[in-house]
Parts: sequence; C-alpha cells; structure tokens
Amino acid sequence: MAMAIRVCLLLLVFLSSAIVSFSLYEDQVGLMDWHQRYIGKVKHAVFHTQKTGRKRVIVSTEENVVASLDLRHGEIFWRHVLGTKDAIDGVDIALGKYVITLSSQGSMLRAWNLPDGQMVWETSLHSAQSSKSLLSVPINLKADKDYPILVFGGGYLHAVSAIDGEVLWKKDFTAEGFEVQRVLQPPESSVIYVLGFLHSSEAVVYQIDSKTGEVVAQKSMVFPGGFSGEISSVSSDKVVVLDSTRSILVTIGFLDGDISFHKTPISDLVEDSGNAEILSPLLSDMLAVKVSKRTMFVRVGGEGKLEVVDSLSDETAMSDSLPVADDQVAFASVHHEGSKIHLMVKLVDDLDTVLLRESIQMDQHRGRVHKVFINNYIKTDRSNGFRALIVMEDHSLLLLQQGAIVWSREEGLASVTDVTTAELPVEKDGVSVAKVEHTLVDWLKGHVLKLKGSLLLASPEDVAAIQEMRMQSSGRSKLTRDHNGFRKLFIALTRAGKLFALHTGDGRIVWSMLLNSPSKSEACERPSGISLYQWQVPHHHAMDENPSVLVVGRCGSDSSAPGVLSLVDVYTGKEISSSDIGHSVVQVMPLPFTDSTEQRLHLIADTEGHVHLYPKTSEALSIFQREFQNVYWYTVEGDDGIIRGHAMKSSCAGETADEYCFTTRELWTVVFPSESEKIISTLTRKPNEVVHTQAKVSTDQDVLYKYVSRNLLFVATVSPKGAGEIGSVTPEESALVVYLIDTITGRILHRLSHQGCQGPVHAVFSENWVVYHYFNLRAHKYEVTVVEIYDQSRAENKNVWKLVLGKHNLTAPISSYSRPEMFTKSQSYFFAQSVKTIAVTSTAKGITSKQLLIGTIGDQILALDKRFVDPRRTLNPSQAEKEEGIIPLTDSLPIIPQSYITHSLKVEGLRGIVTAPAKLESTTHVFAYGVDLFYTRLAPSKTYDSLTDDFSYALLLITIVALVAAIYITWVISEKRELSEKWR
Amino acid sequence: MPNLTLVLFLSTLLFSSSFAFQSDELLLDDEEFGLEGGSHPRSPEPVITDSPPKQTPSIRRRYSDPDLDSKIQFTLEHAFGDSDFSSAGTFSARLKTWSHGGQTLTKLRFSRNEFSDEEKDAFQNLLKGDDFYRIRLPSNVVTPPGREYVIASVRARCLPRDGLDEHIVIHMDGANILAVSYGSPGACPYPRQLKLPGKWTFNSHTILKSSEQAPRTPIFTEEILGSSENMEGEAEAPVERSFWAKYWMYLIPLGLIVMNAVTQASNMADEQPAGSQGQAPAAIQRGSAPRRR
Repeated sequence: MAMAIRVCLLLLVFLSSAIVSFSLYEDQVGLMDWHQRYIGKVKHAVFHTQKTGRKRVIVSTEENVVASLDLRHGEIFWRHVLGTKDAIDGVDIALGKYVITLSSQGSMLRAWNLPDGQMVWETSLHSAQSSKSLLSVPINLKADKDYPILVFGGGYLHAVSAIDGEVLWKKDFTAEGFEVQRVLQPPESSVIYVLGFLHSSEAVVYQIDSKTGEVVAQKSMVFPGGFSGEISSVSSDKVVVLDSTRSILVTIGFLDGDISFHKTPISDLVEDSGNAEILSPLLSDMLAVKVSKRTMFVRVGGEGKLEVVDSLSDETAMSDSLPVADDQVAFASVHHEGSKIHLMVKLVDDLDTVLLRESIQMDQHRGRVHKVFINNYIKTDRSNGFRALIVMEDHSLLLLQQGAIVWSREEGLASVTDVTTAELPVEKDGVSVAKVEHTLVDWLKGHVLKLKGSLLLASPEDVAAIQEMRMQSSGRSKLTRDHNGFRKLFIALTRAGKLFALHTGDGRIVWSMLLNSPSKSEACERPSGISLYQWQVPHHHAMDENPSVLVVGRCGSDSSAPGVLSLVDVYTGKEISSSDIGHSVVQVMPLPFTDSTEQRLHLIADTEGHVHLYPKTSEALSIFQREFQNVYWYTVEGDDGIIRGHAMKSSCAGETADEYCFTTRELWTVVFPSESEKIISTLTRKPNEVVHTQAKVSTDQDVLYKYVSRNLLFVATVSPKGAGEIGSVTPEESALVVYLIDTITGRILHRLSHQGCQGPVHAVFSENWVVYHYFNLRAHKYEVTVVEIYDQSRAENKNVWKLVLGKHNLTAPISSYSRPEMFTKSQSYFFAQSVKTIAVTSTAKGITSKQLLIGTIGDQILALDKRFVDPRRTLNPSQAEKEEGIIPLTDSLPIIPQSYITHSLKVEGLRGIVTAPAKLESTTHVFAYGVDLFYTRLAPSKTYDSLTDDFSYALLLITIVALVAAIYITWVISEKRELSEKWR
Repeated sequence: MPNLTLVLFLSTLLFSSSFAFQSDELLLDDEEFGLEGGSHPRSPEPVITDSPPKQTPSIRRRYSDPDLDSKIQFTLEHAFGDSDFSSAGTFSARLKTWSHGGQTLTKLRFSRNEFSDEEKDAFQNLLKGDDFYRIRLPSNVVTPPGREYVIASVRARCLPRDGLDEHIVIHMDGANILAVSYGSPGACPYPRQLKLPGKWTFNSHTILKSSEQAPRTPIFTEEILGSSENMEGEAEAPVERSFWAKYWMYLIPLGLIVMNAVTQASNMADEQPAGSQGQAPAAIQRGSAPRRR
C-alpha cells in the first residue's frame, strides 16, 4: 500500500514537473472551436404528435443513431449513437411514452423514455442464427395487463413486455428455418397470425395465442416457384409477394387459417414486363410496384384479383399509409419535375381524390427524393393538414408543410469520407477595413469593456457583451483570407457523393455540390465519391486562377467500375469540368510536379495494371516524360499479403492510342507468409508535411540526423488467427510484426515483432517517426510503441570545421539505391484507452513541437505531447537531458483531463481527424469527423508568435498615454519649481 | 540491461564471396559448413555478424541436434530489364527444425554463376540504358517457389565498381523468404554515371535477417520495488532542496525591497517636515539641491 502511494507520488512529481498542459478557460469555449451534431441518413421515422405539448419525430438512421427531433425547428431533443455493429432494424413507440428500438439483427431490444431519451429498459434476446429481423408493436393487443411487443430475430419469435422488457414468451423456429415475414393481428382477437416462409418456397401461417405463445393452429402450403424476399401486406388477411423470378405477383390469403395462392403475372398488368420491385410495403388494400422505372398502383380485389389503378412514369417516392379521419387511409407520393418537387397526398380508396397537392422549389444539389414520411394534423379551420418528412439523395432531411420547407438538416455531413483544406479568396481592395472594424468609438468601447473584464470589474451583462464581442471579433467568419491563415475552408466529401465547403470560423456551409455523372447514362446515374485531392493551388504563378479540388468518383460499388473525375472550383463551388475516364480507379497518386497553371499532375492506376496521367495536356505529358525514369509506385494487396513495387515502362501505344496511358513493370515484391502474417494496416507520411530541420541536437553536443524519406511505408501484420476480436486468441498464438519498407527498392528497413500482441493497429507517421497503438495480450493492456529512424550516413558531419570548409555530405542527393545506413530507436508504453484514430498536428514550417491527437473510444480527442512518446526517455535522465526536455521514463502514458481538446464535447462516432497548418507557425487547424463534426485551432507550444485574442490593446494604450502625461506634468512642475528656486 | 537478454536477434549471417566456378564443390560438402567463412580463400572481409553475441549459445545448443537439420538449396534467378528470369546462382543452407516447430535457416552459402557472353551483352545494354537488373528468390525455401517469387531490382549502374559488387539481404521468417533487398554495398548517388566493370566477376555479400523481438514494455512497479529506497531518495531530495533553489531569485529581491522600504521609512520619518507635496516633487527637490548650494 505504501508502495503504491510512493509510486503515485513519484508519478505526480514527474508529471507536475514535466507537463505544459493544454487547456482552456471556461469562457474560451466556442471562441476557436465549433461542434455540429448530426444523426445521419434517416431510415425510419415515427411521428409523435397526438398529445399537446412538444411535437416530435423519432428517427433511426444508417449511422445507428436513434434521435428525437423537434418537429417545429428540426433540433435534436435527444439522440443516442449505438455502436458501429449495432445497426437499428426497427423503431416504434409503445405505450405512448417509450421509444422501442430493435438492433443488432433482432437481438437487442431497448426502450427509451420519449421525453428525455433516458433508457428505460434493455433486453438482450436470444439469437441462434442470423436472419432478417422484425419489430412489431401491436396497438391494442393486451395480455394480462401487459402490452407485448413482438420481435422476430435470429430464429426466435419473442413477446416482450413493453412495461419492463421482460420476455413473456418465446417461440423457437430455428429448427425449421422458418423466417417470419409479417405479424398480423386481427382486431378484437387475442390470436396473432404469424406469416413466414420456409426455405423461401413454402408459406406457413401460425396462429399463436398472444398471451401464452402457444401455437393454436398451423397451416402451410408449398409454392413451387419460390418467393423473393419482398412482401407487402395489403390487409389483415392478405399479403402480396413476388416470386423468385420477379415476374409474378402472388397474393397469399390466409383467411381463418386457410392458405390460398393467387398468381398474377406482371405481364398481365403492364406490357413491358421486367424485373418488378415492391415499393413501400405498408399500403392497405393497395400495392405499389415498380417495373422498369414505372411505378404502378395495384389494387387488390376481394378474391386476390389485381388491377392497375394508376401509374406514374417518373421515379416516385412514397410514404406508408396513414389513417385519416372517417376510416380513410391516405398516403403521400413525391415526384420531381424540373427543379420542383410535387408532393401529393391521396386517399388509398380513391386515387382521384387528392387531399393535398404542393409544389416546392428544391435545390438541384439535393438530388432525388429517397424517402417520404407523412403525418397529419388538424388545421385551424378543422380540416386535415399534412406535413411530410423527406429524405433526399444527399441524405438531407427536410420537413415540408404548407408548401414550404420548414426546416432542413444536412445529414450528409454525418458520413464524411474524405476531407481536404482550401484557402479563401484574398480580400479585394474595394473593401476597406473601416467598414468591418466599425467606428473608433465602438472599438474603444469594446476595449474598455475588455479592460473591465481583465480587471475583474465587469458586471454579468458586461461579461456577456465581452463574450459576444469575442465571437464577432476580427470577423472570424468572413469569406476572405486573413493574415494568420485562421480562416480556411474544409472541403468534405460525403458518402452520398456530395461536396461541402465548411468555414473554419463558424462551421457554416459556404457551398455544397452533389456530384454528377457527366454522361447521365443509365449505368452511372450517380457516381459515388471515393476521394478528394488538391488539384490546383495557385500561389506563385497563375494567381488569377481559382483553386480547385479533384473529386475521384466511381460508377458503382465494384472496384472495376469506371471512374469519374470532377474538378470543382473552391471559391464558388461550381463544377469546372467532369469526365468519364473510361477506366477503373484503383489508386490515385498525386505527383510532386505542377504545370504552368499550377495544376498538379496525378497518376491513376486501373485494374489492368496501367497508369493514366492527368491532366491530359501536352504540357503535363512533357513534364511527366522528363521524370519518367524516376516515377515509382507500389500496390498493397491486403488479401494476398503481397506488396509490389512498380516503375514506369512505356506508353501503352501498342494497345491503345491513348498517349496518356502508361504500362508499368514490377520491380520488387514483399511476400508475407500467408500462414503467419496478415496485413492489417499500412500507412505513409503525409506528402505535404514540412520538416523544419533534419538535425536533432542533443545536450551532449551530439547530433542525430533524422532519416526523412518520403518513400517509407509502414506495414503492420498479425497472425491470421489474431486478426479477430481482442481476446479471441491466446498470447502464444498471436504476434504483431511491423515493417518499415522503402517503396522505391522494396528494402525492409526495420522489422520488429511483438509477441503476444494483437491488432487493431492505429498508427501515425510523421517526419522520422511512427507511433502505433495495439493490444498486448500478455499484459492485458493497450500499448503504444514509437519507432524513430535516424540516418547514420550523415552522422560524421559533426565537426564544425568540416561544415565550414564544405567537407560534408549534407547537400549530396539521397538515392534509395544506396545502401541505407540507418538505425532505429524504439520504446513501448502502456496506454490506458482504446483508440479509434490517431493524427498528428502539422504546422506551416514544422518548427513547433508536435502533439499526437488521439481519438479515444469515448469519442473525444486527447492531445498528447510527442515528448511523452520519445524513445530516448530514460528512468533517471541526467540534468542535461532534463534541460533538453526529456521526461523521466514511465511505463504508461499519462491521460491528463485538461488536454482533451474536445473539452466537454463528444464527437459521436469519431472516424477521422484531419490537421492542416495555419499561416501562423504556432497554430494548426484540427477537424474531426464522425457522426458529429468538430473543429478547433491548436497551438501545441502555445501561441509564442502572436498576442492572444483578448490582449488588451486599450490597457497598453492607456498606460502609454498616462506615462506620457505623467512625464509631461512632472516636467512642467519641475520647470516651475526650478524657476521659483531661481527667483528665491 | 536485463532486457537485452530477452532480445533475440535471430539473424544469422553468413558471408561468402565467390567466383562462379567454385559452386559445385561447395554445394556438395556440408561437413565444413561451420567453418566455411574462414576457410574460404577468396573472402577478403571477415564474416559480418549482425547478431549479438548472446545469440550464439542458443544456436550452438540447437546445433548439437544434428537429426533435425536438413540441407536445402534454392536458386537465385536474374533478369535483364524485361527479359525472362534465368538461373544466376545457388544458395545452399541448413534448415534447422526446432523442437517447438519453428524453422531457421543457418549457414547460408551462395555461389554465383559467371555471366555468359550473352549475359554480359545484356548487362552492358542495361548499363547504357540505366535500366533495371532484377533478381528473384522463391518465397519458401522448402517448397520453392512457394506462394510467389520474391523480386528485387536495382539500377544496373549501381553495381559496377572494380568488379560487380552486390549486397543481398534476405529477410526470413522460418522457411519463408519475405523480401530480399538487393543493391550495391555502398552509395549510389543519383546522377548515375555509366561505368563498365573492370572484371566481370561478382563480389557477393549475403545477409540473412529475421525479425527483431520488440523489447518488453518496462513495468516499473517491480523495478521500483527493487530499488525503491534510492529511487525515492533521489526523487524527493531535489523537491525539498528546490524550494530555496527555485525561489531564491524572488526571495532575494523581496528581501531587498523590504530592507529598502524599511530604510526609506526611517528616512521618511526624518524628512517628514520637508516632504508635504509627495514623492515626485521630493525627488526633484533632492536633485536640485546641489545646485542651490
């Protein structure tokens, strides 16, 4: 015990002597940072508007978020982000006060309190196999004072009490392989009908007593053709299903337990038969079928007869049906026409009766309507009104009411896939500073307020005023470049293929743009975005040109699908050009060359082993030809465990006439033995990283030279057994091996194996060091290892005279073909947290010391000084080493609560952290994305090169004035006194 | 460092520099393998040893277990530019099978075939075009070629010195070859000059490398237990000392100020009747006093 105290004391002493912690005061929150909360693309929505009070809509999304939104303003009342593997299958409201969510393929049922989102109960349901899942909350089913919720998932049908989550009964269907498709409940009956398919060829109906779970009756009937999965229940005793060829609609009636089939080929209903698709599965007595881009409404007659009632040629999104007054059922449909969308609400029984017809101007960059959810309300004139929640192609969520967009949420930003930065335009001469800085009086007033604040004389109102002034200060949300480079744009590409430009000042969307397919062909209606590159960053020449980014997209999910390139002007957000490139995109390589208009040359590798040069201009070609011999690239085949290096060979003139296409040849391979190693992570340095100095001087007048190479690849492999979950293997079975590979020659420069360790590996590579995070099975802890690489071939350049006389090899070009003389230093530390991602700060000149930005499992970002992961840390550093800033060695890395740069906020679902340098050397931009977005500015070594924002210029001015006045007054007084002395 | 004993550099290095014609003879013998480095008449340099001395005993121990050794051979193949691969030499080694199932390659010897006339021509063409000379090895030495060949290449102009110098580092994992690094033993600065080799013979340096074990993360609780007393003595003593050490620069001026104030206060008491107008006039008065006299 005493030992532990001593250890703690020691640690405390070490830490308190060593740490310059990053933290900010309470009133500084929100000055440099902003945080935006999102939920993702909405899958299900349930309105809750019956009662008076807050009108809300409960949504579940593809980002596994369940949230309650304010129906009036679109704000989030509450939300919960479930884990990445906890996908939500269904959401509903039970008892009028609980939100029920079913997730993890029907094995997790949770109830949340509707007003505040507190979890009421959680039930883990038994699941034997993976199957589709189904959540059914019967409205008026009551069993012994309890309200059962019926859940199917994993081969079991469960009835769960809505009150406390207790499992009332369960029915095992695993043996038969029965898949429940629908749970129907005839009104005024305690028997429920469970309809499902057996091996998708036999329809089975169970009648189950809802109180006990006993099977009352069972009927089954084999359908020879087999069913496809889609099903639409049209009434309480009928469902319509597509057969396996998708050309016949089958009506299944199961009145009183007798099953009957009624087949209707699609070709009877419509001439051009193709593969049919059943839309919107919850329309009563009506069916919506999509056949070759036409949507048909099919009424289901009494004996299962089908007839086409209406058809829409354009693509239409439809809602589920909604009961309105007088036993009528309505549904909404939305279709596009030019730049407008038309919302129609019709009665199901009578399609000619249009309850609501609205046309709304819609932004072209939102794409098509994907989903519609409707809700009705009573208008002031006692008639029925409708509001519709629509989900667009770019994942945005909009509420339509009375022919207008009441609110919209840019939910595309919850699924950012790639981020890059861009500069804002330079301020034009026409705008004078005075306009922005208001009048001198205001300015002085502001500073007096600040002065009051710093002298602790300010009243609460003054404090509020100061806060507001700070927020507006120096026009931080202006759309022009500033001197310090604090104002920038973050260009974010989302999974929906939309590009957003976010302002660093306040996080607002400056512009947004949905990617378009240039050919508008059938196969490639909407390309999906893969990655973003800086295409043109004018700074020396071509200052008149606007900067632009390159968006690489793909027509389809397959990697061999043809690619699409799109150039987007950063200032305006307009697409400059877009082209179908006619080949696939496997890898995009920005080259370190630019043409005369500062367009960067890019190589794109396709699946056939060819590379293509962009931009396709003769100038680019001539630049590339000059460096043809010196262009190398590599590919990582993760599944095969092979890394290959390639060099350019020749133009592919023999095969195609394309002079911008080149063949390559294989130079080297690294083949990992498939039985013992599997690639789990590869990483290179950021290509645009700046290293200030290669030399590192230690206090004993020794110089270490960093081995700074752009062509280093970090690879981590684990034993195939150990590739699974942490703890699934014993320490003996798993080993982690890390490599540093030169990508020009394929040399393995460093190879280190960690026995008894396991992935996942999160790594960061900067300058001459790699830091990686993994799990140590023996110690049952996470570990962080640092590897630093030093160049030995330059180690002799220590003599000053040699440097003076020029007898050094510091300026000699480095060739990868020379035998590398380097050595590594490495050290491991325990780290208490599991990590989602790691990044490192980057500054303009690379002088400022670096901080690791660790995205922790709690969705926060921890800033850790690189000094803590220095391999030169020793147990008892000498005085000289202490002066150099070497921290005494500890076995674990400290987690200091003040160094969370996200302070009290959480970046839910954190996926990535991007850093970008500001113009001011001390400062770096940090942008973190996940379901939420977070931005802040960091100064890892404090802002040593500028005064802080709240520096009181007024106080300085007043002091100077007062001093000058005092000098003058004393001078006058002394003159007078002297005169009077002389007169005496 | 106790950790050092845990570190097992499993790299074994054997070196041979040879002319091609010796190959047959060397392949046949295996009794002398242990001595081959020294016995070789043509090796101008000592055996390069990457492995720390600690490793030797463990190897020796295995050594005395001759039943588990097996002799293997695998070929080095080369290609000129984009030509097909052809045989360029043979590696022979012993494969040791350890009791726990691991395999290690030891006592590697390499015999290089001499360039034929066509090959010399091809190589000269490579030199002229600054093209690649490529080599490959099987990725598994027991069942060559294993999954795939391991390829390495170098600009041909890097090789010629007096003869043709080559430096081969083979990265092993058991019986698997992960990668091979191939190049000249020295530097090869970028504007590569065209230089024909003086002799068409290869000076081959071969190194076998296997992975290093990462040092164990130090766990301090134990170490502190062992040396806790002096550790703490060192850590706490500076803390106690440092109060004065740290603050003397503040304390001394403070003392001076206090003393100054005390003396000034006593002076003030003396000059009480004179100074009714405050500090600044008093100073001026004093400054002008000499002139008055």
